Parts: sequence; structure tokens; C-alpha cells
Amino acid sequence: MTDVLEVRNLYKRYGGLVATNGVNLSVRPGEMHAIIGPNGAGKTTLISQLQGMVRPDAGEIFIDGVNVTATPAHQRAGLGVARSFQIASLIPDFSVLDHAAFAVQAQLGHSFRFWRRADREEILLAPAREAVEAAGLGARMHSPARDLSHGERRQLELAIALAQRPKILLLDEPMAGMGKQDGQRMTQRLADLKGRYSMLLIEHDMAAVFSLADRLSVLVSGAIIKTGTADEIRNDPQVRAAYLGHG
Amino acid sequence: MADGASRPIRAALWPALVLIALLALAPALSIWLDDPFTVKIATRIVIFAIGAVALDLTLGYAGLVSLCQAAFFGVGGYVVGILAWHQANSEAVLAGWMGSSELALTLPLAFLVAGLFAAAVGAVSLRTGGPYFIMITLAFNQMLYYGAVALQKYGGDDGLQIINPLTLFGYDISNRYKFFYLALTMLLATVLLIDRLARSRFGVVLRAAAVNETRAIAVGVAPWPYRLVAFAITGALAGLAGALLAASQQFISPADMAWDRSGDFVVMTALGGVATVWGPIIGAAAFIFTELSLSSYMQHWQLPFGLIILAIVLLLRGGLAQLVDLARGAKKGGEAVHD
Ligand SMILES: Nc1ncnc2c1ncn2[C@@H]1O[C@H](COP(=O)(O)OP(=O)(O)OP(=O)(O)O)[C@@H](O)[C@H]1O
Ligand SMILES: [Mg+2]
Repeated sequence: MTDVLEVRNLYKRYGGLVATNGVNLSVRPGEMHAIIGPNGAGKTTLISQLQGMVRPDAGEIFIDGVNVTATPAHQRAGLGVARSFQIASLIPDFSVLDHAAFAVQAQLGHSFRFWRRADREEILLAPAREAVEAAGLGARMHSPARDLSHGERRQLELAIALAQRPKILLLDEPMAGMGKQDGQRMTQRLADLKGRYSMLLIEHDMAAVFSLADRLSVLVSGAIIKTGTADEIRNDPQVRAAYLGHG
Repeated sequence: MADGASRPIRAALWPALVLIALLALAPALSIWLDDPFTVKIATRIVIFAIGAVALDLTLGYAGLVSLCQAAFFGVGGYVVGILAWHQANSEAVLAGWMGSSELALTLPLAFLVAGLFAAAVGAVSLRTGGPYFIMITLAFNQMLYYGAVALQKYGGDDGLQIINPLTLFGYDISNRYKFFYLALTMLLATVLLIDRLARSRFGVVLRAAAVNETRAIAVGVAPWPYRLVAFAITGALAGLAGALLAASQQFISPADMAWDRSGDFVVMTALGGVATVWGPIIGAAAFIFTELSLSSYMQHWQLPFGLIILAIVLLLRGGLAQLVDLARGAKKGGEAVHD
């Protein structure tokens, strides 16, 4: 079976800094693949290249076997790539439901529909509600984004990505900055989603990552130094030296 | 919001309908006061309100500051003026067609031609963003302005007088009151149209991309084509308003297309409150009254009025419409949520 995501020899340079240094990576259907790495390792830059916001200098990206390296970001979303932002990227006036409905709308083809009220289209609202519930935000359905707490904003990021009905979820530190309790709830939510979506998960919380991921890759200074199961990563001397030792 | 119940006043349609109902009383007031000037002012308010409400689609909902609105307004005016001129002079416009002073034909044409101009201007301008977009639309405004000045045949700098009586479906429309209700009907249509557009999927894209383009692209929507269509609709409606102005004063001139008039439209829209359909109507009324005060006995009001407008635009980012929100204790919006 083809991998949902395959990355070959990806490079990205910012001036003298090599943010992505020859990355090879794959996500199998239904797999949760986690990426760990210290601050500034290039995790967000990698996700942005996979989603299309950032152009790589070299290398190739395949979604379901299709080369999307030159495909613009909005078209990649149409091919099933959804990403959540490490720094929540929302629309303050839009309610939680509005955000999810917008994501559903975007998946239903063009938006040159001028007459019907979008906020009454059940074809948008039903899947949107479902995504919001799945992200655990059901109680805040009609709250505008500007009224949400930090943790709720992270949940909304997940809800939007789910509403896109993605082939692959790229989650950039979904529990960053959350309190312990909220973080645990988010971990549980991701565990519930596991197997239903192919996921690339970036996360700092080691306990969460080791319990969730099928495979892990360790990214240091833009390069993947090791990919393997939780046990293989935990016991790898190179990883311990380069990363776990510091953390 | 799934239900309209908790929708804030700012986004509601009914205040616009109330304002239009109030405006509809202007002819009665004019007769009662025995002052024909009243209905003339009301007509001007209605015409500029059409341009301002239309601009709100681009400015308020799509978040794009265009300084080309007056040019499209003028294009519409010239369509009506030039076609009437050809009829009066029995000279073919093209392929033996002698022009027309029938508004049932020339108003839709003005709408279409201005829309096409706007589509062309938008196709170039929308490749840029922010301050560049403002500058490029301004440049296009000046280009079209000088284009009108260069129309020597149609009066050039002096403008174009419409000498033959204009008709609507064959009936003379030179009666002030009849014409007022024609313009008011167009305002009503504009308000209903913009309100529908703003709430449709199309409007959702405009509103989302105005605040957070990155998010729109991430979920799969490239805003460019939607912005272009919004810009063209705004320009087409400006053309309709300009056509009505030309018809109401039997005259159109390059002065109606000057760049500061484009700035006036932005002020009208921002003054009343962007992203509402009723704010720009109030803005247009306030603007026309200011214009009066500048040109008549109320001259000493000039400075205070200017300062009031400045204060409103600077302090209330939501325009006068935000006063309603503040009075109702609603929270104010604005900056994107980036934590
Ligand atoms: N647009 C840019 N221009 C220049 N340098 C950049 C840019 N984006 C990222 N970088 C640099 O690239 C490196 C990788 O950044 P990135 O945000 O991908 O790291 P990260 O692993 O996501 O870090 P964190 O754990 O803090 O989120 C950093 O040194 C960063 O400063
Ligand atoms: Mg990061």
C-alpha cells in the first residue's frame, strides 16, 4: 500500500541556516508518526513545507503517491492535507462553529455561491458540529474565537483540521502551552482519533508522544537522526546523546 | 451562528430597511416644507449611499481599501451621458446604433461597463496587497479621470450636459419625486444584494480572508478570484450610482471621478461602520450634510465637522455602528487572534 505521505531528500535553507537538512520521512495509512526534536530543530518549517506554505529548496513530497512538491497550499488542502498551527491562526469574529463550517465549505468545491445564507446550510453545519464535538469544544459551539481560552484555541485548531476531512493530519504541537489537565484531555482525544486518520504529530510532551505514536522520528538541526518505535528511540544512544539527554 | 437570534445589530439587515423607510418620507417632507431642495439632497444621499454600501463589500467585508470607487462611479455616469448625447446628436455610437436616453437600457449598461472596468482594474491591482493595493487603485482612478478629461468630443474638462429628457420604460423621469423613488429602489436592491452576498459562502470567504488569509489558504481557499468578483460587483454598483447621479443632475464631469471623491467614499463607508449594510447609508448622509455645510452659510461648521469625522474614524474602528455596540455593552472586535 502506498504511503499517505512520503518525503524524499527535503532541503530548506534560511540564509546560512539549514532549517531542513535532507529529510526522508513516511506516514503509512492510519499510522500516527510523531516528530520530536529540540526548539528550533525545524519541526514547524517541515510541516509548513508539507502543507505548502513554505517552498522547499530541494526534494520531493508525495501525497498518496502524487507528487505535490509544486502544488500550491490551497490545492494541497483539496488533496486532503490539513495542518494545525502551533500558534493558533483564527478569525476573531467567527464562532467556533463558523470556523469548522468554513473548513467544510472549502472542501465542497468552489465558493461562488452568492445567495443562500451559509450559516443556515445544514450541509455545512452538520459535519462542522461533528468536528467541533470530536475536538471536545461542543460547549463553546457559538462562542467567537476571541473569547476562547488558550487551550480552547488549540482545540479549535484541531476541530478545523478535522472538519477538512483530511487524508493526513499535520498537527503542530497540539498541546503546547496547555495546562496539565487540558494536555491530558488532548492526549486522550488524539488517542481516540488514532487509526481513523493518518497523522504526523509534532509534540514536546515525551510521555504523551511515547504512549501515542506508532513510530517516531527525531529531528535535530533540520535532520532526522533516527526513526523507529518508541522502544527503539528510547534506547538509541545517538538519540539519548543528541536530544533526550538534554530534555 | 446557526440561528439568527443572537446575531449582533451590526450585522443585521433591519436597520438598513428602517433608514430606507425614513428616506422614503423625504418627498413628503419636501412638499410639506415647500422646499424642492430637500428632495434634491435626499436624492444625492441615496445615490452616494449606493456607492458607499457597494464599497463596503470590498472595504468592509473583503478588507481591501480601494481608491478607485469614484472612477467606476464616473464610468457609469459617462455611459448614461454619452449614450444620451449620441441620441441627441443623431450620431451612431457603433454599427448604426444611435444611442439612447432610456434608463431601462442605459442603467444596466452603466452597471455592466463599470463592472468590466472594475474587473480589469481588479485583475491587476489584486496581485498586490496592503498599501500597494491602495496606491495602484489610486493610480487607476487617476488614469480613468484623465481618460474622461481627454474625451474632448464629450465636453472634456467641462463635463457633459445631458440635453434630451431621460425616460424609464418610455415614461419621462425628469420629475424629481419619481426620480427619487427610482434611486431609492436601487438603494434597496443594493442593500439586499450586499446583505445576501455577505452572508453567503462567497461572503464567508471574503470575511475570513480579510482577517486571516493564511487560514483561508490552509483550509483550501485561495482568496484571489473571490476578491476579484467582489471588486467587480462593487465597481458595477458604483457605476449604477454614477449613472443615477448623471441622470439626476443631467450632467457628468471628470470632477465626479476625482481621486479625492474616491477618498470620500472610503470615509463615508468607514464613518458609518464597515461590514454593516446600514453604516454606509448613515455615512453617506453625514457626508452629504458636511458637503452642504462646506458650501453654504454653515461655513463655521467646517472645522468642527471635520474634526468629528476624524475622531469617529480614528477612535471607532467600527464607525458609528460601533456606538450601538458600545451602548449595548458588546465587546469590541478587531485584531486577529494570534496567541
Ligand atoms: N521565515 C524564516 N526566516 C528565517 N529563519 C527562519 C524562518 N522560519 C524559521 N526559521 C528558523 O529556522 C529554524 C527552525 O524553526 P522552526 O520554527 O521550524 O523550529 P521548531 O522546531 O518548530 O521550533 P519550536 O520547537 O520552537 O516550535 C529556527 O532557527 C528558526 O529561527
Ligand atoms: Mg515549531
